[in-house]
Amino acid sequence: MNQNEPVIRVKDLVVSFGAFRAVDGVSFDVRRGEIFGFLGANGAGKTTTIRTICGILNPSSGSVEVDGHDISSSTAVLKPHIGYMSQKFTLYPDLTVRENLYFAGSLYGMTPKQIAERSHKLMDFIGLSEELPDPVSHLSGGVKQMAALASSLLHDPELVFLDEPTAGTSPQTRASFWALIRRLAERGKTVFVTTHYMDEAEYCGRIALMERGKIVAMGTPAELKKKFFPVKPLELSFTKPVQHAVRQALEKAGIASAVFGATLRVRAPERAELERVIAPFQDGVSVQEAEPTLEDVFLQAVSGRKAV
Amino acid sequence: MTALRAEVHQVSKKMGRAQALKRVDAVFGAGEVHGIIGPNGAGKTTLIRLLAGLLHPDQGQISYAEEKDALSGSQAKRVTGYFPQEPSLYPDLTCEEHLEFFRDLYDLPQAEFAQRSEELLRATGMTPFKDRPAGKLSGGMYKKLGLMCVLLNRPKLLLLDEPTVGVDPVSRQELWDLVYGFAGENMTVILSTSYMDEASRCACVHVLSGGEMLDSGTPKEVMKRFNITDFSEIFLNHESK
Ligand SMILES: Nc1ncnc2c1ncn2[C@@H]1O[C@H](COP(=O)(O)OP(=O)(O)OP(=O)(O)O)[C@@H](O)[C@H]1O
Ligand SMILES: [Mg+2]
Repeated sequence: MNQNEPVIRVKDLVVSFGAFRAVDGVSFDVRRGEIFGFLGANGAGKTTTIRTICGILNPSSGSVEVDGHDISSSTAVLKPHIGYMSQKFTLYPDLTVRENLYFAGSLYGMTPKQIAERSHKLMDFIGLSEELPDPVSHLSGGVKQMAALASSLLHDPELVFLDEPTAGTSPQTRASFWALIRRLAERGKTVFVTTHYMDEAEYCGRIALMERGKIVAMGTPAELKKKFFPVKPLELSFTKPVQHAVRQALEKAGIASAVFGATLRVRAPERAELERVIAPFQDGVSVQEAEPTLEDVFLQAVSGRKAV
Repeated sequence: MTALRAEVHQVSKKMGRAQALKRVDAVFGAGEVHGIIGPNGAGKTTLIRLLAGLLHPDQGQISYAEEKDALSGSQAKRVTGYFPQEPSLYPDLTCEEHLEFFRDLYDLPQAEFAQRSEELLRATGMTPFKDRPAGKLSGGMYKKLGLMCVLLNRPKLLLLDEPTVGVDPVSRQELWDLVYGFAGENMTVILSTSYMDEASRCACVHVLSGGEMLDSGTPKEVMKRFNITDFSEIFLNHESK
């Protein structure tokens, strides 16, 4: 294994279900030790791509290489190197965390002793108690997701695929989860992760943005922001309850805006035109330049294309 | 038709061995968008299921009113819509067949159905996938189909448990615009969310933690009382593992 070679190499990948191309000609490389973020609209083909790289689905055409092996012919060789946390919750709800880990470990041919040692280390790493007495179904969403992570890391894989690992968990759990992801990468693991939380995407080394089976943008968070926002977005904040009226006035003038929290964001701003439209609202609204976020990038890249 | 008001008075509820809610008080004013926020395990789902009439309080009461008239729990249940955290749909039925199934369930006139379903399909970006069976949808598409089925009706009280988890950022914007459009004279919306930008969009937020109601008010008021500028700080300070 060459340390500088990409660990995942996807070339012209197509995955079809009947006549429908869920993945439609996708190429990219992932480097060893990288945190690679996979973003995209619902149904864009993220999960399908992941399942293909993990060897669960077969490519219709194109190729996927992991560690220099073609996945179609080397599934058995690669399986021990790949950990996969599915978007669907896959632990057994009636078993405890410990029972689930034993079950998962035995599927990988680990001995009880190996499983015990490994789960001890993992639970310590993740910060969960090994002795949680409750069946998994009684645990809170955050703990459940952490347990699922432990299960996917049990056989100490080099390559970890996390499909929406933080969906539905609280900001605190999400922060701890990402601290773990960073530590995995520091230990040389390659992490391939999808999320719909754009603040999390900021922690990725590189990001691919997928839409309708194709990759529409790829780069570091900073590169993507620069590419989509040569002009910074504007943020409108309100001191009087005129937000709704302002939004309507903007819409009439053909300026698209999006609500973010208590503010409005305008992404392709002609500042002079904008100032003219909001002038009648006087001191009820103020305009500021804002740093573009990945949420801005996503909305720009995806809904911008929808319009055409 | 008028939006319902719901009042939760000293409600406690045990779920399994856990005390999920402890003497919770909350007022959900009519016609507003209410957000229930709180860390994992705070009791959000339990509170929503109690409001939906699917669970009953161990102690305390929940009362509903339409303008000045009090409604019994079963009367309220009839005009309440509920979207569970994990919707369960029929894997073999297509999206369109699901919508038609719910049209019949809600007894919607065809013209109204046509207009609403078109609006929902557009907002969720699901129009091209009308004919796909639910079992073959992606995670987020499945969730959106569940939401569409609930939003097809216009209940007086709409309860949404984490409606936007797994939903992509573009559709999340569009769904919020839609839900905001519904709320008002005729509909009260109560939802739980772990997106802090969504919390700030609510007219009123209710902060739950460890089964206790810590605070309720406009996002501005609550942030001021907690002395924070961003909701996620509440969690960083209040969640213990
Ligand atoms: N077994 C299947 N048969 C037919 N179509 C399928 C099947 N599995 C997935 N699809 C379709 O492939 C497309 C891509 O789905 P995929 O699950 O990869 O999306 P995703 O990007 O992971 O979306 P999400 O963000 O919602 O999880 C969707 O249109 C989906 O309906
Ligand atoms: Mg997916």
